[in-house]
Amino acid sequence: MNFPQPLLQACHLHKNFGGQQSIIDLSFHINEKECLGIIGPNGAGKTTLFNLITGMVPASSGIILWQGHPIEKKSGAQLARLGIARTFQNIRLFKQLSVLENIQIAYDSQLTYSVLGSLFSFSQKNLQEKKSIAAAMDLLAMFEMTDVAHEPASSLPYGFQRRLEIARALALNPRLLLLDEPVAGMNSTEAAKIMELLRWIQKEFSSTLLIIEHHLPFIMELCNRLLVLNFGSLIADGAPSQIKTNPAVISAYLGNDNDSEE
Amino acid sequence: MDYFAQQAINALQLGSIYALIALGYSLVYGVLTMINFAHGDLFMVGAFFCFLLEKMIRVPFWLALLLTMLGTSLLGVLLELCAYRPIRHAPRVSAMITALGCGLIIENITLALSPYPRHMPTLIKNSITSFHGITISSLQLVVIGISLLLMILLDFIIRFTRFGIAMRALSSDRLMVSLLGIPANRIISMTFALGAALGGAAGLLYALSYPVISSSMGMLIGWKAFVAAVIGGIGNIRGALLGAYLLGATEIITVSLLPSTYRDLVAYSLLLLVLVFKPYGILGQPQVVRS
Repeated sequence: MNFPQPLLQACHLHKNFGGQQSIIDLSFHINEKECLGIIGPNGAGKTTLFNLITGMVPASSGIILWQGHPIEKKSGAQLARLGIARTFQNIRLFKQLSVLENIQIAYDSQLTYSVLGSLFSFSQKNLQEKKSIAAAMDLLAMFEMTDVAHEPASSLPYGFQRRLEIARALALNPRLLLLDEPVAGMNSTEAAKIMELLRWIQKEFSSTLLIIEHHLPFIMELCNRLLVLNFGSLIADGAPSQIKTNPAVISAYLGNDNDSEE
Repeated sequence: MDYFAQQAINALQLGSIYALIALGYSLVYGVLTMINFAHGDLFMVGAFFCFLLEKMIRVPFWLALLLTMLGTSLLGVLLELCAYRPIRHAPRVSAMITALGCGLIIENITLALSPYPRHMPTLIKNSITSFHGITISSLQLVVIGISLLLMILLDFIIRFTRFGIAMRALSSDRLMVSLLGIPANRIISMTFALGAALGGAAGLLYALSYPVISSSMGMLIGWKAFVAAVIGGIGNIRGALLGAYLLGATEIITVSLLPSTYRDLVAYSLLLLVLVFKPYGILGQPQVVRS
């Protein structure tokens, strides 16, 4: 092949829930270091697609390739170790854990957990755990959250919880970061901050981003390519400028609530 | 005054044993929201394991304690691996029935091997110290001391080790733990090992304190500890301790004032009374079930 291999490739994915088809014959790819946005009306299958990629639900048919290798048989933990991390539409932090522990656990996941090791090898373990804590504190500093490191995650305001969830995903050192509506429920100032953060992440961590977002101006500005889903099918794939003028997209999505977007 | 101090020491001794067992119920419930009804029988196995150790090869107390904890923790891990893991996604009632069944199997194997109650040999030279009219036996000191030591160790593990953090994370969102690349099954096994080790230690300490052991003690004492965990709020570590010492104190007060046959009546009445006013136990909170 002359072209570089895509980081992730989906081929003819189908997903049925009972009689309902949630994803229909979906094929797309994402290249390394790309920032790909997914838009589409509610119920278009966007979150289902994330669930398929992260192994949370099995595909009815079709395959997903990670650097050319099929991954649909792998567990969520294995996919995380391959370098796929995600955030959720409804934030899923460990609420009873402190902010620091939420990040620390992601760094710790690269270490081994053994029954007796945990109880007996204190010196070696402490060294590894200290490294995790140091790395977590560094990351929190980059996210300007050092002050709240020891607060319980549940006590943070909403915007900070979102940032913390993104930070936790980043702690896995992902090659592909899936973000499910990162600016949902945020005002424009907060959204601008997240935009800045994501741009910085792209540059600093050279991660590949796949983002679901309803906030169209936000995603059109951030992403260099967009996928548009409607009723489980891919109806458009292209640069934001092309998507804006695509008649199928306008009738399916933009046309419905054009006035609210401007 | 001396009388109360004396009874307080007795209550601490009984409460400590209940606490060690109750912690096992709570740890497992915390990560799996499942009640391991076989846990009381792990406690019983702990007592028998120690009895066998002493009959076959006389080992010193410390070694007996370590070996017993190791033995019961292996049994706990085996139980989870063979009986509970295959039905992890089955309805809760299946898990409950399976746990009850496993408990009965362990109890009846023990009954078949040892049909009569056994007398536990003494492991610790029992000396009695008098202090301002209060008598404390060295055995009581050992029971209370070791229990506290184990609880401090457990607290350290839960609060500061990566295993402890993962365990707490599991209790709030198991799926997310897997998505972070943490081997959730291994953490669950380790939780069972930890709970069963504490149960085994409790079995040994109980057998030394009240030296007649029988296959039914798992049910009698184990259920009492379960009641303690529920009174405190199941799934809550501090709740388990609070419930255990409260139950221990209640029982000791009961037998000091009333005929000892009232003991279980009062203990279970306390459970009902607490649940009427605090349905989730004293420190428990309603659990949000995530689909």
